[in-house]
Amino acid sequence: MLSCQEASYLVSESLDRKLRLWQRIKVRLHLLMCRLCSRFRKQTLFLRDAARYYLMGAEESETAVDIGLSPEARDRIKRSLQSDPS
Amino acid sequence: MAHVRRAYSKGTITREDEPMNKKPLETPSHPPDPTTWVDQHGDFLFRYALSRLGNRAVAEDFVQETFLAALRAGKSFSGRSTERTWFVGILKHKIVDHLRQQSRERPVSAVNSTEEMGADLFGKSGSWQVKPAHWPGDPEEVLEKKEFWEAFRHCLEDLPRRLRTVFSLREMDELPTDEVCEAMQVTPGNLGVLLYRARMGLRRCLEINWFDTQTEAS
Repeated sequence: MLSCQEASYLVSESLDRKLRLWQRIKVRLHLLMCRLCSRFRKQTLFLRDAARYYLMGAEESETAVDIGLSPEARDRIKRSLQSDPS
Repeated sequence: MAHVRRAYSKGTITREDEPMNKKPLETPSHPPDPTTWVDQHGDFLFRYALSRLGNRAVAEDFVQETFLAALRAGKSFSGRSTERTWFVGILKHKIVDHLRQQSRERPVSAVNSTEEMGADLFGKSGSWQVKPAHWPGDPEEVLEKKEFWEAFRHCLEDLPRRLRTVFSLREMDELPTDEVCEAMQVTPGNLGVLLYRARMGLRRCLEINWFDTQTEAS
């Protein structure tokens, strides 16, 4: 029987590699019985979705993150593009 | 992957084909004007670089390098989103190269074993010490809230640098595990531990800084 610590670790691992059959079975059994670890699994999957949409979301006007190039950097980069010999 | 895109495609967050559809295609022979790149894509690329490098000056340099490399490659692109994808591709490549080099120069100290990690979150018997709380709200709606993204960014920046980098490469850039290992110069076992810690940290931080505040409000 897996502990929650072991189960949560395997849940995280399952997002990065295919678990062995016996690991998958053990995790599934644990999740069937453990509300907290099921919750953890759902939340980790949510984090993955959120991460993939992070930049896209940040780009939409409504969710725009107020971080950008400084005016100086902007000018510097423009100048470098204009003066690039190629 | 497919199910993820579908799951949130109703929301306003998806932008993929929009600019392409709205904007008539420009003639490919149209010479690119690199200075407009800076205004159109500069901030986006800067945020991208900053979230992975964690340093403004370094991130600015990477944006500049990306545009210069694009200029030298001398292609022109018809749609804004294609152009952006192209820039992101160049930038991503440069960042991964940079991280790989950095990890070579400063080898990572050994990562603790699986048994040791997350010890503060679990009791002696391996049961949850800090129990994952119920997260209120529909995930789709949560992802459309500005305040959520602010909390997300804050929590990401709060992670120790190495965890943040590993998480970004794996979950934002969607690099395969072996490529993340190569870039960070860690073994697959170590990577598993780092990702677990990053997910644990981010999960807990969002719980405190976003989801708990939602429960109180409702």
